Amino acid sequence: MTKGGFIQRDRAWHPPAYAPGYKTSVTRAPGRPLISMPTTLSEETGPVFGRDMLGPRDNDLILNFARDGEAAIGERIIVHGRVTDEHGRGVPNALIEVWQANAGGRYRHRKDGYLAPLDPNFGGCGRMVTDAEGRYEFRTVKPGPYPWPNGVNDWRPSHIHFSLFGSGFAQRLISQMYFEGDPLIWQCPIVRTIPSDAAVERLIAAQDMTATIPMDALAYRFDIVLRGRRQTLFETRKEGL
Amino acid sequence: MTRRPDTLKETPSQTAGPYVHIGCTPNFLGNTGIYPEDLGARMVNDRTRGERITITGTVWDGTGTALRDALVEIWQADADGLYPSPEETRGAADPDFAGFGRSGCDWETGAFTFATVKPGRVPYPDGRLQAPHVTVWIAARGINTGLHTRMYFADEADANAEDPVLARIEHRNRVPSLLAQPEGNGVYRFDIRLQGDHETVFFDM
Repeated sequence: MTKGGFIQRDRAWHPPAYAPGYKTSVTRAPGRPLISMPTTLSEETGPVFGRDMLGPRDNDLILNFARDGEAAIGERIIVHGRVTDEHGRGVPNALIEVWQANAGGRYRHRKDGYLAPLDPNFGGCGRMVTDAEGRYEFRTVKPGPYPWPNGVNDWRPSHIHFSLFGSGFAQRLISQMYFEGDPLIWQCPIVRTIPSDAAVERLIAAQDMTATIPMDALAYRFDIVLRGRRQTLFETRKEGL
Repeated sequence: MTRRPDTLKETPSQTAGPYVHIGCTPNFLGNTGIYPEDLGARMVNDRTRGERITITGTVWDGTGTALRDALVEIWQADADGLYPSPEETRGAADPDFAGFGRSGCDWETGAFTFATVKPGRVPYPDGRLQAPHVTVWIAARGINTGLHTRMYFADEADANAEDPVLARIEHRNRVPSLLAQPEGNGVYRFDIRLQGDHETVFFDM
């Protein structure tokens, strides 16, 4: 059995480029159809980032920007899960980068002017590499919701941004994780760019008492699926032979 | 009822939002002290083989305004056409070449820049050679799923004429949107237009 190309993306499952409820998409959505092509070596290869690149606190957002002896303010949480492909196989050595607002809903970014204060001990940035089974975990504080200029009174639900690299550049994905039970999820124009409720639910992390650390931190589980490759005896491919 | 194959659906995409720099280029943003350097900030060193080039450009929205909050990533083969990736089976790529680059856009002008080498040619699945190209991926506020395109070189007319991916573009007047223009001293300009008469060709694969 050889590896074939990547399974095509289901574009009806992902949000469309043009989604007028999210106003910024209107002038940034390509107006012409995407040109279809098979994946080639250029998309089936991709950068792999080793664990030796990581610092010991890269996946600890409570401490990685904090002064010595201090810590970020907010609800302490662990976020963990597994990255698999569409066949359910773990994706090892996948780089995950995360970023988020602080517990008050404020980002450490030059363009964020929300009146909630910055936390001097919180940078809002972390990264990790999945293990041999595709598992990952990081520690952070639960981000707060915040208002944003879209509709007159639109609010983002609490969320953490995720960026993922698999083994091939065609798997490149950026998404957002939401928290179980947040009523703002279903009112958010960015969430609502996703066509189906079933797809939205895939972005909602479940509270996970089995991973909670007693007297310390609550836990949420968020599993991620990247594109898989066709497995075939019959695909004629000259490269690499 | 028909039983469907037991596969999982990909995690749905969401926009990178305006604050993508916090997670992807914190040092570029000024949030220093977390990572020693930004990922993809350095593609080459003194020993890297091949012709040194600089890729620069701007991402333009449908009103002709430069995106100043976009994240642009590139992935390319080394000067011999080999990828520095475990999925590369044809040989070992230049150990002094990263293949992956990532750039924020200038806060005022929107310009992105990569210092790299000109890539060699890479085969298509059927064995034909593709023209030298760089894979480009754009994420930003207002872009719901990252946009995938390719940069080719305007000064590779013969290779471009036989490239199997460029050949798939029915409207031939759109091909120039993928050609980076040489500006001398190894600088190539590659502007990306999200909409309009000269909209860049984006790919689905």
